[in-house]
Amino acid sequence: MSQFITGNGWLQLALYMVVLLACVVPLGGYMAKVFQGEKTFMSPALGWLEKGIYAICGIDREKDMSWQDYAIATLVFSALSFVVLYLILVFQNLLPLNPQKLPGLTPDLSFNTAVSFVTNTNWQSYVGEAVMSYFSQMVGLTVQNFVTPAVGLAVMIALIRGLSRKSAAGIGNFWVDMVRANLYVLLPLALVLAVILGSQGVIQNFGTYVTAHGLQGADQTLAMGPVASQEAIKMLGTNGGGFFNTNSAHPFENPTPFTNFLEVLAILLIPAACCHTFGVMVKDKRQGFAVLAAMTVIFIPLLLLCVSAEQAGNPHLNHLGVDQVASAVQSGGNMEGKETRFGITNSALWASATTAASNGSVNSMHDSFTPMGGFVPLILMKFGEVIYGGAGSGLYGMLIFVIIAVFIAGLMVGRTPEYLGKKIQAFEIKMASVAMLAPCVFVLIGTAIAVMMKDGQAGIYNPGAQGFTEVLYAFTSATNNNGSAFAGLSANTPFYNTALGLCMLFGRFFIIIPVLAIAGSLAAKKTVPVSAGTLPTHTTLFVAVLVGVILIVGVLTYAPTLALGPVVEHFNMIKG
Amino acid sequence: MKSLLSTLRPAIGTTVLLTVLLGGVYPLVTTGILQLGFKAQAQGSLIKDADGKVIGSSLIGQNFDQPKYLWGRLSATGTAPYNAGASSGSNLGSNNPALLDAVKGRVAALKAADPLNAKPIPVDLVTASGSGLDPEVSPAAAAYQVNRIAQARGIGVESVKSAIAKSTRGRDLGVLGEARVNVLEVNLRLDGKLK
Repeated sequence: MSQFITGNGWLQLALYMVVLLACVVPLGGYMAKVFQGEKTFMSPALGWLEKGIYAICGIDREKDMSWQDYAIATLVFSALSFVVLYLILVFQNLLPLNPQKLPGLTPDLSFNTAVSFVTNTNWQSYVGEAVMSYFSQMVGLTVQNFVTPAVGLAVMIALIRGLSRKSAAGIGNFWVDMVRANLYVLLPLALVLAVILGSQGVIQNFGTYVTAHGLQGADQTLAMGPVASQEAIKMLGTNGGGFFNTNSAHPFENPTPFTNFLEVLAILLIPAACCHTFGVMVKDKRQGFAVLAAMTVIFIPLLLLCVSAEQAGNPHLNHLGVDQVASAVQSGGNMEGKETRFGITNSALWASATTAASNGSVNSMHDSFTPMGGFVPLILMKFGEVIYGGAGSGLYGMLIFVIIAVFIAGLMVGRTPEYLGKKIQAFEIKMASVAMLAPCVFVLIGTAIAVMMKDGQAGIYNPGAQGFTEVLYAFTSATNNNGSAFAGLSANTPFYNTALGLCMLFGRFFIIIPVLAIAGSLAAKKTVPVSAGTLPTHTTLFVAVLVGVILIVGVLTYAPTLALGPVVEHFNMIKG
Repeated sequence: MKSLLSTLRPAIGTTVLLTVLLGGVYPLVTTGILQLGFKAQAQGSLIKDADGKVIGSSLIGQNFDQPKYLWGRLSATGTAPYNAGASSGSNLGSNNPALLDAVKGRVAALKAADPLNAKPIPVDLVTASGSGLDPEVSPAAAAYQVNRIAQARGIGVESVKSAIAKSTRGRDLGVLGEARVNVLEVNLRLDGKLK
């Protein structure tokens, strides 16, 4: 298939991977310093702010929390965030910064949106520019775009501490981890990115919508808003909720190939760097690189499949005198739902990166991808968002798979499984199984219920197998906290708003709580010294086992649904 | 219960303080920097006529269907094409008969406006963009329309080509994205409203 990828396509993909991987060590090392409480070059600028927050909030930064206290803090903070955001959305008509006089959101849409942004999913059942006031976007959604990846990073750090501490009662302080993630990691990166994006044409204003008097005489409404500040953190925090309905396909969110490069880089930047943070904090950098290698080994072939399938184009159009062949003067390929400036390569790269991470933003419409092109984002989400994954959530999800892989390898050689000197026992495996299997259950049962019910069928847009894929994609995206969509599905109905809202909640917290339980259990254990019987977990062999476990779990669980959806659709397409 | 209560103060405190910092200070500082340093971009890269009336934005496409203008991508935005108050893609799947109808409709419109043109039609000219607001087409799609525009305006092919060339951009930094032609800019040049 890869004969379809153009020379420039290879170059752009290679450039992306090189720049991404080059950022892993510097950023990952910096984040390790931040979460170990060390001074960094940002401390003089932000230290006073951090101390002030602790003083006002009564946070004792020296106080360690048990995993139960850490989990309660996570849940209470998330619940409070939900309540605040829900109220902002329902009552936005009474709040300032609403020049378009938009009404409050309906209760079911407010529930769905609040859950969506509090779980770092950022699924959008609404058309941003027609529904959300600037206050809701800025004070409601932007804030969650910061704090939810910060919560993800905090949980990840707690798990890493569980692995690196010996006979310890605590796994760190949630408030300190969450505040430091916001202040030292997300805020500086977001501010820099927002200013660069703004200089290239991403808008940032509070004006009323502009009416333009077009050349052909028709009036055109131009939606406005404080976009750049939200866009930056939307990309960096694996959020993905667009200011506008069409997300980063909209020229005011993503005006040029250069902004596109920065934005798609920002999707995987923090998730990839987390691997090195992990390596530094467990004092064995090879462990971090092994995990990074496993992610990359799965990502690259799927990326190439997506680019190839889209570049090959839609065979139905060939009979209509349409030229889909790539050349110096056109990108060719399947251009339905794609922007001219991004072409095939950048659209497919984005689709792959956004679903590998739990970002979920789009710069092209996935529903209009070829069946195999659309298969790639779907399967990447089904792997549980661990191929780089969300900020923090990607690595803690991946470490769950590592625990399962160590366990399976241990069974094969007949020894007690260990990871980084910690014995992996019944409690860890039970918790890891819950975290691994719960999302599968919600995706499959949710999809099954939706396609059997009238309310579920009513939302389907495209006919045939693709209609089934739209529903499957929605439940996969919601449960795995991705947020991208086969957007033909009409999801702004009480049925979908509620069902998908519940999937997002379960998908987030049925992983976070088991992960923290594992962290607490591991922290309390002694470290077993390395012996001849220890399975090394930084080798190519172990990376292969880990990749195998991820593929087997993902493919075995979802093969029937994938066969009914994109595979059937593919054969429908090639039969002509 | 004790630990739940002791959680409330930091929970409420951080929620309030982080909301002020990240939802207030951060976007306002960004606005300040961009409004001072890059005002035109921050306001939407608007194009105005001599009287200061807004004609459009150089980043947002407009609907063109008259033969004398360069046509852009198909647009699936709500109520009317290129409605930048309700961006949307078509979301039509590759096998959806409605997609083929849309393509056939555009092919027919292009042929009707230029019956003698037998060249294959570049794919971006018969498909809807992701945003519904794509300001650009490929250089191939622009070249396909040169003869029609020249005939409709009664001007030479060369002046149309020159207007297109002036509004053509290569890949960013020579590598990123695709070469493209800004449709509204070309049409402003053709109308003599942009040099």
